[in-house]
Amino acid sequence: MSITNHYQEQILILMNKTFRIDWITVVIYFLLVTAGILNIFSSTYDIESSTYINYDSLAFKQFAFFIFSLISGVFVLMAPSKFFRKFSSLIYLFSIMLLIGLFAFGNTVYGHKSWYTFFGISIQPTEIAKFATNLAIAKLLSEIQINLKKIKSLSQVFLIIVIPVILTLMQPDFGSALIFLSFIFVLFREGLNPNFLFFLALSLILAIFALLKPILYVSVFLTGFFGCFYFILKKIYKKVSIFPLLTVFIASCAYVYSINHVYNDLLSQRHKDRIDIFLGKETDIMGVGYNLNQSIIAIGSGGLSGKGYLQGTQTKGRFVPRQHTDYIFSSIGEEWGFYGTSTIIILFATLILRILFRAEQQKNVFGRSYAYGTASLIFMHFFINVGMSIGLVPTIGIPLPFISYGGSSMFTFTTLVFVYINIDANRLNETRI
Amino acid sequence: MIRIYLLKFLTILISSIFFIKLFSLQVLDKDYEKLSQNNAILEIEDYPERGFIFDRKNRVLVSNQPAYDVMIIPENLSPFDTLSFCKLTGINKKKLKLNLESARKYSKRLPSVVVNQISKESYAELQEQMWKFQGFFVQKKSIRDYRVNFGANVLGYVSEVNTEDLTKDSYYRQGDLIGRQGIEKSYEKELRGKKGKKFLQKDRFNRIIGPYKNGKYDIEPSQAQNINLTIDIELQSYGEKLMKNKRGGIVAIEPETGEVLALITAPSYDPNILVGRKRSRNYKILANDTISKPLFDRALLAQYSPGSTLKPLNALIALQEKIIDNETKYNCNKGFYYAKNAHMDCNCRYGTKNDLISSIHRSCNTFFSRTYINLINNSNSASKGVEKWKNYLESFGFGNYLGYDLPIGRPGLIPNSEFYNVLYKGENWSATNIISNGIGQGEVLATPIQLANYACALANKGFYVTPHFVRTRKEEKTKIKLSKINTKVETDYFNNVIDGMHKVIEKGTARIAKIKGLEMCGKTGTVENFTIINGNKTQLTDHSIFIAFAPKENPKIAIAAFIENGYWGSRWAAPISSLMIEKYLYNSIDRRNLEKRMLNGSLENEYNKPLSGANFNINE
Repeated sequence: MSITNHYQEQILILMNKTFRIDWITVVIYFLLVTAGILNIFSSTYDIESSTYINYDSLAFKQFAFFIFSLISGVFVLMAPSKFFRKFSSLIYLFSIMLLIGLFAFGNTVYGHKSWYTFFGISIQPTEIAKFATNLAIAKLLSEIQINLKKIKSLSQVFLIIVIPVILTLMQPDFGSALIFLSFIFVLFREGLNPNFLFFLALSLILAIFALLKPILYVSVFLTGFFGCFYFILKKIYKKVSIFPLLTVFIASCAYVYSINHVYNDLLSQRHKDRIDIFLGKETDIMGVGYNLNQSIIAIGSGGLSGKGYLQGTQTKGRFVPRQHTDYIFSSIGEEWGFYGTSTIIILFATLILRILFRAEQQKNVFGRSYAYGTASLIFMHFFINVGMSIGLVPTIGIPLPFISYGGSSMFTFTTLVFVYINIDANRLNETRI
Repeated sequence: MIRIYLLKFLTILISSIFFIKLFSLQVLDKDYEKLSQNNAILEIEDYPERGFIFDRKNRVLVSNQPAYDVMIIPENLSPFDTLSFCKLTGINKKKLKLNLESARKYSKRLPSVVVNQISKESYAELQEQMWKFQGFFVQKKSIRDYRVNFGANVLGYVSEVNTEDLTKDSYYRQGDLIGRQGIEKSYEKELRGKKGKKFLQKDRFNRIIGPYKNGKYDIEPSQAQNINLTIDIELQSYGEKLMKNKRGGIVAIEPETGEVLALITAPSYDPNILVGRKRSRNYKILANDTISKPLFDRALLAQYSPGSTLKPLNALIALQEKIIDNETKYNCNKGFYYAKNAHMDCNCRYGTKNDLISSIHRSCNTFFSRTYINLINNSNSASKGVEKWKNYLESFGFGNYLGYDLPIGRPGLIPNSEFYNVLYKGENWSATNIISNGIGQGEVLATPIQLANYACALANKGFYVTPHFVRTRKEEKTKIKLSKINTKVETDYFNNVIDGMHKVIEKGTARIAKIKGLEMCGKTGTVENFTIINGNKTQLTDHSIFIAFAPKENPKIAIAAFIENGYWGSRWAAPISSLMIEKYLYNSIDRRNLEKRMLNGSLENEYNKPLSGANFNINE
């Protein structure tokens, strides 16, 4: 009797969930994944020697990743709503262990120790860490005693973010480490002092400045700038404390010098080149800027309606390297034209806005923070990857979610989104904390 | 409020920026609209024109002429009308198929040559119909144009890189030219310059419509350098004419500077036949001639016994070692017995008494054999004596590579004690065993350029400068160090030896070489030589050798000539050398009869003797 009741209850909950599932997100998810597989097929398709169905082809592999991710996604959906909150610390610890384990068991590809390889399958734990960190932050922020205005809480949150960032930088994978910056949006939403955002923006501007101009020039400029600023303030307010201004000035100088040091001594030539290209320091078409140039040509040549599926000559000519992974957007741009690219952008924008919108409707901090983190992660990938493909952002090798080829990325983003859907679907059952 | 809307706002902002950028990229920008029709950028190597080669008087020896290669990028290939293609380019169908296959094997994306150097006319015709042939394009490049028919051995030649070159140096692409021999090889880097890159825009008919982005990304080739040779092409050509129908080598050097004025090998070939499409066929013909070996540079590679030309050097060594002095005299009775039943023959008459000078101009074997024995016996053992003697010879540039700036050479040979230990199976050999070295007939081997260098050392009274073929260019380092290399014989000892060599011309063995009004020094040589016919060691007619320099004071030219099977030294080598000296110093020839005899003389009969299979007489 009670058993039957229990099952009936379960089924009811499940049906309830089904009705409350964020179907818009699900539909966008499927559209993006389909676009991805189609374009991977196109960008790796060899006219000379190819049948349409080839089980070794990357498109087929991506399809397999998708099916696997989808199955695990269904399990995620069926999990009890409190499952992820309960196990978030464990998942986080597990992902950190995976990152640490890389140094011992990792596989070096192109100078990056970023992969585990088992039975021919490569796993990139940094991808999983993105999801795990999101969970961990949501969990931490949902604790009652947490208050982002307090130093202790702040340092706890930063610790959660900084550990995977450092481990990722040590691989070294500059691009993926940069992605963890997206959690600043979550923290801001949950009450982080706006000054942090201000300083982040300031430091980004200073960084670009420091990389573009000789260090001496920047120092002189900073001195002049803060000097003038001080005198203007003095003119207006008569009495100005010089102390905070001096502190910011010294900090800025130190920061600029350290940027210079990192750039000159720590970054690999590959990353240096990429930064140089972005900053317009060099124009070497066959060198590093080549990828970017070819990508822009491919996208630009797509025109309004594109050349048609499998008709991209830039793509077929293999002019754009890594086109099935980081540069997949250029293949879309060439073959589907402006219609295609704008559709993809609308889909991503809708997805992000949709998740942000639902995040505000969550009844507890955990749900809201998790959803916010999910949206931020997708936003950051979208921003960097598409921006890079059209030359607005430095060439940083990170995948376009749901679209780029890669099992780890596919699995992570599927799980990320499906956990959000699960939490979102259960929001009515949650108590407000 | 701001906390809730910041990310939403950013999302909308970024998406809008992307929209605008993509709209301008894909819809507004006509550049890319154009690109959508033609798309592919063609990368072409921009070859700097290969450097010119001049002679010492700035006469052009080698320049360039345009040639057009039909190239292919296999990936872009689509089916085409092979028949009309073959007709246009003059290639046959089988060859075309083969070339396409090898191009595909080399690289699908990098261009390869399909048809080599088509004519200007077929280039024009082909260019008009290029749209029919997707994946093909024409690359203009320049090939060598030899302005002279002489000096092939010095100039060398260029040819297409082979697979080995491609793997050794990634600078080269299939179809590139590389210096293979001579100056073209040893100064390859200077002559070729450094190629640049051009990016060209193609339209959808595969036609090149102009530079991509106005050549913004092009890399300029760096200019190739021109090279001035030390060779005097007039002297070179005169020497080659004199050597017609003879075999051997002549090397003329300016003693003070070590600049090689002429390097002649005979037989030779016209450098122009190794250019362009006919190159490989002609090369095969030259390489297959194993009898006269036109590709074998006798001036640098042939190692001959120096014969009597070594006598002045042995005299110098003996003087330096105080074995003889200017007063030393030896009796010669048509030779002498240096051991029981062992007689050294000589051309002197019975009862001739020779001092240093007369022994040189009479080329007295007795004098030099006795001196050599005394020289060797002057040391504790014959081994030590030989080693000491060897060191002197080496200081004159014998027995090792000279280090000149051409890619080929031979070290020659100076036997050391080890050599004789092996030859005589132990150390129980003595000076009398190796007595032939005293008259240059022993185991010593030298190349003509080594002999010419030795003549320089004699002319300079004790030093030489490493022979070289490229004049020093101010702005760069030369390939070789050009400094005086001192011999181990002091200058004072040279005077009497040189007087002796002067007498050789005035009243000695080489009177035929006398040029009126010119003080010239020389030494003849006659070298026995053998070949093997049907397993039997058979003696052939002697080689004719001559070394000389002139004028006696402040010598301007030193020369060594080696004429295979020319019999005695003053029969061919001395007159030919003397004519070359006359030509170089006076730029005209007075001795018309002698010149005519030398130009028309042929030794072909002599060379045919051992091949005829019949019995033959030598030295007639």
